Amino acid sequence: MSSPQRIKQKREGWNALWEWAAPAKFMWLTGRALPWVLALCVVTLVPGMIWGFFLTPEAVNFGTSVKIIYIHVPSAMMAINIWVMMLLASLIWLVRRHHVSALAAKGAALIGVVMTLIALFTGAIWGQPMWGTWWAWDPRLTSFLILFLFYLGYMALWAAIEDPDTAADLTSVLCIVGSVFALLSRYAVNFWNQGLHQGASLSLDKQENVSDVYWLPLVLCIMGFIFLFIALLLIRARTEVRKRRTHALEIRERMADG
Amino acid sequence: MVELGKYAGAVLSSYGITGLLLAGLSIVTWRQSVKARRDLEAAEARRAKND
Repeated sequence: MSSPQRIKQKREGWNALWEWAAPAKFMWLTGRALPWVLALCVVTLVPGMIWGFFLTPEAVNFGTSVKIIYIHVPSAMMAINIWVMMLLASLIWLVRRHHVSALAAKGAALIGVVMTLIALFTGAIWGQPMWGTWWAWDPRLTSFLILFLFYLGYMALWAAIEDPDTAADLTSVLCIVGSVFALLSRYAVNFWNQGLHQGASLSLDKQENVSDVYWLPLVLCIMGFIFLFIALLLIRARTEVRKRRTHALEIRERMADG
Repeated sequence: MVELGKYAGAVLSSYGITGLLLAGLSIVTWRQSVKARRDLEAAEARRAKND
């Protein structure tokens, strides 16, 4: 096959992929995927939580407080990764003007707020007996707090602007700026070593990883949180698509009324 | 029941707050979804009637 033909075929393949982002196809596909994603969430999160809470031993350094890891680590990972997902969706909106991508980013924000809050609360509750303080202006904790404020600002900006396309443009720019803090939240412990917060609990380096006895239930809980996020995101994105359609019909109605 | 010792308060309050926040998020998401579906059905019904 000649090179121009291959390029053309590749482009057609991409276009076919983008067609699934059209609202009608998106609603059809997500309507079918949602029950499966919810089932995957239940079969990973429930056993992960039961295994972690009831069947793991005390840790040498942390005692029984190690059980907080099964909610603190997954929620913190999701808080950062949801912002990364919003960044990708925002870039797609800015480049391709796909409405579903902007609406998916909008729908993800509240889930990100809740995940960040869970990470901050459980971190404070865990920090008190371990470090002797609820809060410290440690690089990771501080960047997480700023990430939380960016989530709130992102949602406030969506709510403040009436025109949905303008709101999508401005929130996309805010999302790009906030990505600095999402990255800082992830890598702060590597940049600055004077903080209280320990290094990553999960790593490709086996020496840095938590012990195997905690690792397996933790991975199940992380998968459960990922599927929970996908399920909630699909429901919220479908809600936003419906709201947009209703808004368009109401405008048409008003114009017809004169 | 698992013996949590001196960390019982920290562990149980962490799980409690997480449960409450996730339940709240799920309820808000579900209610918004039901309302959006109803509003769209009503708008489409009005449109069908006017057409």
